[in-house]
Amino acid sequence: MERSIYRYVLKHSLRDQIILVVWTAASMPFIYLSLEIPKLIINQAIGGVDIPSDVFGFPMDQIRYLVLLCCVFLSLVVFNGAMKYYLNVYRGIVGERMLRRFRYELYTRVLRFPLPHFKRTSAGEIIPMITAETEPLGGFIAEAYSLPAMQGGLLITYLFFIFNQDVLLGVAATALYPFQLWLIPKLQRKVNRLAKERVLTVRKLADRIGESVGGVTEIHAHATSHFERADISARLGRIYDIRFDLYKRKFFIKFLNNFLAQVTPFFFYLVGGYYVIQGDLTLGALVAVLAAYKDLSGPWAELLKYYQMKEDVRVKHLQIIAQFQPTNLLDEKLLDETPEEIPSLQGEILANNLTFAEDEHVTAVDGANFSISLDSHVAAVGLAGSGKDELARLIARLLLPTGGRISIGSMNLADVPEAVVGRRVGDVGQAAYIFSGTVRDNLVYGLKQLPIAEAEYDEKERATREIEQKRSIESGNSPYDIRASWINYRAAGVDSEAKLEHAVIDVLSVVDMQDDVYQLGLRSTVDPEHDHELTDRILRARTEMRSHLEAEGAAKLVEPFDQDRYNSNASVAENLLFGTPNDPTLRQEQLAHHAYVQRILRETGLMDDMVDMGRQVAETMIDLFADLPPGHEFFEQYSFISAEDLPEFQSLLGKIARHGLHSIDDDDRSKLLSLTLMLVTARHRLGLVGESMQARILEARRVFAEEMPEDMRTKIAFFEADQYNPAASLQDNILFGKRVYGQTNAQLRLGRIMAETIDELGLREEIIRVGLEYEAGNAGGRLSPPLRQKLAIGRCLLKRPELLIVHEATGALDTSTERRVLANVRQHMAGHALIWVVSRVALAREFEQVMVVEDGKVVELGDFAELDREGSTLRRLLDGD
Amino acid sequence: MSLEKEVKLLRNVSLLANVEPSKLKLLAFTSQWETYESGEFLCKQDEVGDSAFIIIEGEAEVIVDAPDGPLTIATRGANDVIGEIAILCDIPRTASVCAKSHLVTLKVTKDVFLQLITGYPQTAVAILRILADRLQKTTMQLREALAKAEGH
Repeated sequence: MERSIYRYVLKHSLRDQIILVVWTAASMPFIYLSLEIPKLIINQAIGGVDIPSDVFGFPMDQIRYLVLLCCVFLSLVVFNGAMKYYLNVYRGIVGERMLRRFRYELYTRVLRFPLPHFKRTSAGEIIPMITAETEPLGGFIAEAYSLPAMQGGLLITYLFFIFNQDVLLGVAATALYPFQLWLIPKLQRKVNRLAKERVLTVRKLADRIGESVGGVTEIHAHATSHFERADISARLGRIYDIRFDLYKRKFFIKFLNNFLAQVTPFFFYLVGGYYVIQGDLTLGALVAVLAAYKDLSGPWAELLKYYQMKEDVRVKHLQIIAQFQPTNLLDEKLLDETPEEIPSLQGEILANNLTFAEDEHVTAVDGANFSISLDSHVAAVGLAGSGKDELARLIARLLLPTGGRISIGSMNLADVPEAVVGRRVGDVGQAAYIFSGTVRDNLVYGLKQLPIAEAEYDEKERATREIEQKRSIESGNSPYDIRASWINYRAAGVDSEAKLEHAVIDVLSVVDMQDDVYQLGLRSTVDPEHDHELTDRILRARTEMRSHLEAEGAAKLVEPFDQDRYNSNASVAENLLFGTPNDPTLRQEQLAHHAYVQRILRETGLMDDMVDMGRQVAETMIDLFADLPPGHEFFEQYSFISAEDLPEFQSLLGKIARHGLHSIDDDDRSKLLSLTLMLVTARHRLGLVGESMQARILEARRVFAEEMPEDMRTKIAFFEADQYNPAASLQDNILFGKRVYGQTNAQLRLGRIMAETIDELGLREEIIRVGLEYEAGNAGGRLSPPLRQKLAIGRCLLKRPELLIVHEATGALDTSTERRVLANVRQHMAGHALIWVVSRVALAREFEQVMVVEDGKVVELGDFAELDREGSTLRRLLDGD
Repeated sequence: MSLEKEVKLLRNVSLLANVEPSKLKLLAFTSQWETYESGEFLCKQDEVGDSAFIIIEGEAEVIVDAPDGPLTIATRGANDVIGEIAILCDIPRTASVCAKSHLVTLKVTKDVFLQLITGYPQTAVAILRILADRLQKTTMQLREALAKAEGH
């Protein structure tokens, strides 16, 4: 990268910068004219001296001349203003374009960093560099040449004008410039040093905050929050000091400039006044000079400001690019190039004296020699730190060898474009990253090397896209359209995007993930407007499920929702709402505070009774739980009231006992009401919701639905036996009722009966499809660790690699699942190469071939049965396991 | 069934005879009431268990897997406790338990059970007595079995 920001600007925007400077220069004569005209107006038109008798053949008198000059002046003002506006806009465009290019380059560089570099660089440092720190660069780049040209030109124009009036006045105007030119860089140097320090300290702060977020569990586990806060506090203090120091210096420079600018008129009044009195200078000229000087201080201040900014930006730029120049940057060509035809892997994997050293000291792989044929399945074993991980990553070309050579057939892996390796080689690491997006997005991620078809646009959208693309290319950005079809279904071995579905579902079964995704599907909601065919079938499943339950004598496991009956396994709130809320204000915890709910309860006369029931619940809870120490797990498991709130309820009950239920305010009433709303008759067995109360709640349910205002109707999806409920999950839609409390193994039995129903209706695949749309969350956080690992392996399998490397990527799976996945993957990869770096040596028994790595060398490679002999390293490792 | 009724039922359980009413209420509230039909299993041998059962109503059979098929070794009725060994010793279930009739049990989780024992020495003693009683019976059965084996 260019070390000088000026050279960088010229390299990528020479034409624009020339245009800007030429335009600026061209505007100067007009600015000079706009200074000259006022002088003419005062001296000639108003003073009545030297009025020409005609202008271009038009006869003139004093008034006409005045009007003419004023009109010329007005048009000059308009013209100069327009010119300035055009220049500013143009400058803005150039600056943004360069900023875009610069950020894109930095991002591309991040992608080219050698992987070990990320051990030393954190996201917390890189992110602010590309986002916040580059921001001022854009503004500066726009002005890098044109601002000095513009302001310098103005300055020269004004000076030329002043000197033209009187040399001595000119000298007076510029008398202090040399002093300023000497002093300011001196002051600025210290400011630069501080600015540099500020950048570094802020960057470190970002890094430390990132670390706190990443290590937040550790901070809590070790109770080191004081320590961490003291550290952040010290850093903030340092930034405060630096900034304070910076302000003092910056404002001192500003003060100095302002002061000097205001001192100069002193000379004008004195020298100029003397000349006017003496008659050597006209009053008009002095006024014009004063006006010119006022204008002069503008550009001069701008130039000084420019100088300060230039220094600031120069420092920042140097500091940014220094972080983006690691050694062993991946060759740009390897990242960008995609051959027309992606060659198949042929021959064998051959390593010759393969060496990989990190930091030039730690040699992880030390002259390894081996050859592996492309149809064999090999288990790589070795102790931690033996170099087996690095070896696997060298084969996957995630690391580049620092010595020796590794090749597949005739391809030297060091010069193969990433596009080839990415298509033909699959690599699953220990902590494979899951991107935010759906499960499906993550599975097809490996098929998105290049767009394969344009997005479907109408005419207008296409025109917009073309402009976008042109701009993107102008700024050296990506020419590809993110909205295009990126999923290369052919790489997955199918001939249309529709058939990709089958490939995806096949892969799910290979990695033993079908059932997980099915469960995710059951927990998902589906919009009936989007897929009413599916929701209609789900409704059928609801009836089928019911008859299955009855046939098995398991109907007592579920209490179905019935408009005319109180559901004793649902809470009072659920019974009242009789639907699934779509809106957080209607959730059970919030419900007692909902204005409409309160209104309905009051109208139906339930309010007072329910508040009183809440009081009784509170009494029972205090009775039961008051003796338990706070933090006892029972509070969380069984109590309606948390340990912290218990005393509050105690005092509330005391108040009620003394002054009656009406003595408490609305807020407290809502609190008691919310206890009632949480009651589940079958579960809590407090005997508070008797039959008459149930009938009254049913009545309230009816009124609640009937009187509901129009704008609330979208916030709740009512339970209706013959309607799909869009707010509830597929599972809840099929069940359409509440699981009955106190029934043994109800969950297991219901799950089994539901699965049978679904299979009979042929719905399983549909539900898996819904499950594929489950959002994986940030870094896959909504998926369990085993599911994340299965997903990562599936993602690799979907692109049908000819070589698959799995390193310790099944650690989160239980042993039996691990073996099942291993067997499936081996079957799936039959005829292709598979290298499995195993964490438990015993797992190597599943392979015919084994590669033993020790001290960065391949010490044994061959048939497991042959190597498993007395005295072999493999035997030693097996024994040690 | 309401909590009050449950507490009344629990009072009849000899094991809990000395526990104060408020604690019985807590026990009833935090434990799950489960009903089984004849032939349904409460727990199976060798499974991991996290709760004991107090039989409130009905009868259950304790069955072990013997070499020549399942063998019923005991029948338990109302007020009896079953399944306490697994949660006291943290070992898998030593036997299966199957409902012999309509059965109502109070399923007491490990935490609640241990809390009960530590809080009420009388209850602990009662449990000890039950265990000792069972051990004595088992020893006798063993002696008989040995004698039988020697006789052959």
